[in-house]
Amino acid sequence: MRDEKQDLIDQRLQDLNNDGVDRRGFLKCMAWAGTGLVWTLSGGIPASRAFAKGHGMDVGKGGDFSFVQISDSHIGFNKPANPDVTATLQTAINKINAMPQKPDFIIHTGDLSQLSKPSEFDTLDQALKGASAKQIYFVPGEHDMLTDNGEQYLQRYGKGTKGTGWYSFDHKGVHFVGLVNVANLKAGGMGSLGREQLEWLEEDLTGSSASTPIVLFAHIPLWTIYPDWGWGTDDSEQALSYVKRFGSVTVLNGHIHQIMQKVEGKVSFHTAMSTAFPQPAPGTAPSAGPMKVPADQLQRVLGITDVNYLVSGRSLAVVDLPLGDSDSSVSGTGRGTAVADSIIG
Amino acid sequence: MTKKVVWVAGLITPVVIAMVLLFVGSPALTASDQPSGAKVEVKIDNFSFGPETIKVSVGTTVTWINRDDIPHTVVSTDGVFKSKVRDTDEKFSYTFTKAGTYPYYCSVHPKMTGKVVVQ
Repeated sequence: MRDEKQDLIDQRLQDLNNDGVDRRGFLKCMAWAGTGLVWTLSGGIPASRAFAKGHGMDVGKGGDFSFVQISDSHIGFNKPANPDVTATLQTAINKINAMPQKPDFIIHTGDLSQLSKPSEFDTLDQALKGASAKQIYFVPGEHDMLTDNGEQYLQRYGKGTKGTGWYSFDHKGVHFVGLVNVANLKAGGMGSLGREQLEWLEEDLTGSSASTPIVLFAHIPLWTIYPDWGWGTDDSEQALSYVKRFGSVTVLNGHIHQIMQKVEGKVSFHTAMSTAFPQPAPGTAPSAGPMKVPADQLQRVLGITDVNYLVSGRSLAVVDLPLGDSDSSVSGTGRGTAVADSIIG
Repeated sequence: MTKKVVWVAGLITPVVIAMVLLFVGSPALTASDQPSGAKVEVKIDNFSFGPETIKVSVGTTVTWINRDDIPHTVVSTDGVFKSKVRDTDEKFSYTFTKAGTYPYYCSVHPKMTGKVVVQ
C-alpha cells in the first residue's frame, strides 16, 4: 500500500505540472521576494512548489525526520544592510523552535562570524544554545578563517574533523558529508576543496550503498552559479563525480545569501538564505556586497531552510522559510506556483 | 683596582651608547633621505582593487584602503607581503624596495587580483 504522504506529494506535483510559470521568472521571484519553496526529489523526478502554511508533510513517523539548515549569520556585521544581525539570528532560532515538527539537528553552512573574532563566535554560541535542536553541525565560511588559518574555528566547531574541518556522519539511513571549500584559496580562483579532501571524500563514500540518500553540505556553492563573483568551487566536478552512483544526492550551500537551485540528474543543488543580510542576484549589481533593502522588507529576504526526509520515497524535501511572514510574500508569484520538469538543469 | 674598572666603564659606556644609537639610527636616516619615498593609494571597492595595476618607483609605499562593507586582505601571490584581514576603512601599507612585478590577491575573495609593477 502506498504511503499517504507520498500520495499527497505526488498529487501536488501533478497539479503543478501545467501552470505555465516560467522557471526563471519563478526563481527570480523566489530569490527576491523570499517566498518559501518546497522542493521534492523522488525517484529522480524533481519538482518544486511555493510554500504555504500547513504543507501537510507529516514528518516524524517511522524513520522520517527533518533537519534545519541555517547559514551566513555574520555575527559582528553592523553595516546598514543589517545593523543587528544577532537579532535576526535570534528570530531564525525562534522560528526553528516554533516548528511543529522538531528538527533532529541543525546544520550551519558557514560564515558564522564576520571577522573570526572570539567575541563573535561567543555571541553565536550563546544564541544557538537557545535552539530546541541541541545537535548542531558546522562547516566554515571564509569569514570564519580570517585569522590563524582557521585554528580557532577548528578548536570551537571542528573537533574530531579532518584537515581544515571536513567530516561525515550517518543519521537514520542518510549519509551526510560536511565539506570545506574556503581554505587555501588560489589567486584568481573560486572555492576549492583540494586534493587531500577529494581523496578523503572518494574513500568516505565507498562506505555507503547506492540506495543511501547522500547530503553534501559546504559553504560556497558546489556548482558554478556566477564565476565573475567567485560563486562556485573550482574542483566541485571532481567531488560530484564520486556521487554519480547514488540514487539521491542533495547539495546544500550558503555564501550567496539567496535561494538558488538546480537539478542535474539525481543531484539536487540548493543554496540557503542568510540570517544576516541579502546579496544581489548575479550580475545585477557592481559587486556581491551586502544589499540594503527597506527595513520592513529585510525579514522576507532572510530565512532558514527546513529539510524533510521521507523514508517512503527516499526523498528529501527542501522548504525555504523567510523570517518574515511567508503568506504575504507569496503574492509576488500569483498564487505561488512552480514548474516541475523545466527545472531540470 | 675597583676604581679603575669603574673609570673604564664610565669611559666606554657613552661610546657604546653612541655606537648603538648610530647603528640603530642610520637605516632610518638613509630611508628618509631617499628621494623616492613616494606614496600611492589603492582603493578596495566593490570587490576590486583600483587601480588594478599600478606602476611605481623603488622606495614607494603603497597603501591599500578598504572601502567595502566586507573585509578583505592584500596578499602577495609570491609570498612577499601579506596583510591581516582589513575591515571597512582599514588600511595596509607596504614599501617596495626592489624592482619587479608583484601580483597580489584577496585571500578571502580570490577573484580579486591586482598587480604592483616596481621600476
